[in-house]
Amino acid sequence: MFENLSDRFDGIFSRIRGRGKLSQEDIDETLREIRLALLEADVNLDVVKTMVGRIRVRAEGEELSGALNPAQQVTKIVLGELTTSLGGESMKINYAGKPPTVVLMAGLQGAGKTTNAGKLAQWFKKQGRNPLLVGADLQRPAAVEQLRTLGAQVGVPVYSEPIGPVAVAGAAIAEANRTGRDVVIVDTAGRLAIDEAMMAEVRHISDAVEPHYTFLVIDAMTGQDAVTTAHAFNETLELDGVILTKLDGDARGGAALSVKEVVGKPIAFASTGEKLDEFETFHPDRLASRILGMGDVETLIEKAEEAFEKEEAEETAARLLEGTFTLEDFLEQMQQIKKMGSIGSLMGMMPGIPKEARDVEIDDKQVDRIEGIIRSMTPDERVNPEIIDGSRRQRIAAGCGQSSSDVKQLLDQFSQMRKMMKQFAGFGTKKMNPKNRNKGRKGKKGGRHKGGRVTEKGPAKVPKSPLSLPGLETGDFPGLN
Amino acid sequence: MFFAIIIAIAALVIIGASFVILRRDRSRADSGLVIDPTDPVDLGEAQPDPVAAPVEDAPKPTFRERLSTARSSLSGFLGGVFSGGIRAETWEELEEALIRADVGVSTSNEIMEAVKAAAVEAGTEDSAELIDIVKGQLVDRLSGFDRSLSADVEAAGGEPGPAVWLFVGVNGVGKTTTIGKLASRESADGRTLVLAAGDTFRAAAAEQLTMWAERSEVDIVRGAEGADPSSVVFDAVERAHARNADLVMADTAGRLQTKTNLMEELRKVRRVAEKGSGTVTETLLVIDATTGQNGMSQAKQFAEAVDVTGVVLTKLDGSAKGGIVVAIHSELGLPVKLVGLGEGINDLVEFDENEFVDALFE
Repeated sequence: MFENLSDRFDGIFSRIRGRGKLSQEDIDETLREIRLALLEADVNLDVVKTMVGRIRVRAEGEELSGALNPAQQVTKIVLGELTTSLGGESMKINYAGKPPTVVLMAGLQGAGKTTNAGKLAQWFKKQGRNPLLVGADLQRPAAVEQLRTLGAQVGVPVYSEPIGPVAVAGAAIAEANRTGRDVVIVDTAGRLAIDEAMMAEVRHISDAVEPHYTFLVIDAMTGQDAVTTAHAFNETLELDGVILTKLDGDARGGAALSVKEVVGKPIAFASTGEKLDEFETFHPDRLASRILGMGDVETLIEKAEEAFEKEEAEETAARLLEGTFTLEDFLEQMQQIKKMGSIGSLMGMMPGIPKEARDVEIDDKQVDRIEGIIRSMTPDERVNPEIIDGSRRQRIAAGCGQSSSDVKQLLDQFSQMRKMMKQFAGFGTKKMNPKNRNKGRKGKKGGRHKGGRVTEKGPAKVPKSPLSLPGLETGDFPGLN
Repeated sequence: MFFAIIIAIAALVIIGASFVILRRDRSRADSGLVIDPTDPVDLGEAQPDPVAAPVEDAPKPTFRERLSTARSSLSGFLGGVFSGGIRAETWEELEEALIRADVGVSTSNEIMEAVKAAAVEAGTEDSAELIDIVKGQLVDRLSGFDRSLSADVEAAGGEPGPAVWLFVGVNGVGKTTTIGKLASRESADGRTLVLAAGDTFRAAAAEQLTMWAERSEVDIVRGAEGADPSSVVFDAVERAHARNADLVMADTAGRLQTKTNLMEELRKVRRVAEKGSGTVTETLLVIDATTGQNGMSQAKQFAEAVDVTGVVLTKLDGSAKGGIVVAIHSELGLPVKLVGLGEGINDLVEFDENEFVDALFE
């Protein structure tokens, strides 16, 4: 796993702490780490150079040396710089006065054009539009069939004829006018930016349909070459925006930053999963922290939302904070967490996990061991673990095939966590505005409408608390401070 | 320690989830869509399209020929630096060239350290010699691997029966296309084949593979969309066995390496492929040459799940250089066995480390 940027900064700044002043060398070293982090995230080398230059100006300009925590100060500058670069003006779709509004999808092979044409069609449908999908990829075997299947899934008609991509695209506009469709989404064949004949073809398609929006579809896993591609497509087609795909993996997605910096066009949408509704408007702040490897709280929270029943989670959290959380509850929660993915990948998304903890290779079998121990307890013991004495412990250990000290360790950790949560609750409820809580419940009933927005307000705030967890040597979770 | 971490995570996740639920009031900005009359679309005459060229058979290209035609339009960015003596920026440019080729920072650093040592030892003073040392270092890291594709069932410890080649990888790297091309090559070489359309998830993936099967006139087994991929592969193996075919090439749905359930599904496909009379002799990870540092994560996770035996590097005919395979070779010991250099049925060629390394610096 990549080392995250805050850890590196902590390393640098812990050495200079006490000296009170940042030397030029310290700043240079910090900037080298930033460069490294960006390169590891696949940000293009030239883009890295200009970014680091901009960060240098800000880092030297601000009173870093006076700051109590220069590491956080620098992190803030870098995050801010990345967020600004990725964001800028957000994409707004303006529909054509005389329909149809034409959208052209272009990109390399395998970036996800066809799938995202389908997703975009569904998005437009949710906006109350009547899209028409056009299969102008006559190159790849069965590409049109794929589009037809997607069209059927989202309930959007698909038009395609084996008359050549340019002719299909042109005829599609007439088809849309005839059938009263007000948005036309043209899927094109994947092509390499250096393939002159194919680039000329997509130019002809574009001339035939005069798209209002031309989207470049880019894979989040793309490396240094993203810039070449984006540049070439922008030269040929005058892009309006970018659709970033496959963001649901563990790619840092630096390609998005490269493309944004080089073509200066906004990232309009992000595809975050294989399901057709896993498609949303883009969040610059989330990608910025992801590029720096600083955890992705929002994604984590979304995963949690998927895995947990809302009412249930609310109840459990309440009990957790009251300190009446039982091992039975814990067992249930572990089941939910398992649905969210491996413990290691969850840790990767959590900000501020101490490096020592992250470096431990966590085997998911450990979770099964914990389950085994709890399952060997009687219902009574799960609710009141205090009653577990030596002989009960022996019995539990025999039941799950583990040692008595394992059982004891689990119980100790569990009771520490309960205690800690109680303390946290004392702190948290004071801070939490009761008005907000009510609003929160109301908002929840309204449900989440994904994809229905073009801009996103700021990032969700993480609870600010001197939260410390038992058993973790370093205790503090710096990301939460 | 483990318990502590897991409990801590559980607590954090629970708190996080409930916190968000309590703060659901975060205003959801409305869609912000504005109807703004813009110019109406002026529909020109649809032109007949001259470019819809079918994928035709061309003479089998060599690695070098294909790469050089693909890259003739790119000027070498190293040009100026490599004339005359070694300057400070020579080192920097060399490292940057590696990074630009997606070799990755840490591998590049390692290579540069080794190059510096070798240059000092050899007393190199000319920068043209230096680049040869860099190339030598890279070739060393890529050498000594067996790049042949095995269909030898006995060598793999299996009972007599069809060999199975399993194709795995993330979405959109070109698994289906690779099988299509390879099927044509292997059947031309006299092997009897059965293709298994194991991608039952992506819309029309089976149709795509069927078209390739028709092109090279080989047998294919398909399941319904959404069917269990293991059963499709199992059926293909049994069909191959019944018809005395040599080889089953099994397609699988693209999956991101972080999706635990999908990786589990893939493990099952591999197990079930050997449940009947089949033996998996090759598990090929298909990687897109445009992939950056995430390629390492892909290789690690897939290798752990299904015992990958080699890599197919696709789309190397573009401007991307696929440098991530250097680390995949040296850190994971996984050789690139095939390279995809175009859309034609013959554009799948053997990997050659010397030509690959030359191309990194073009």
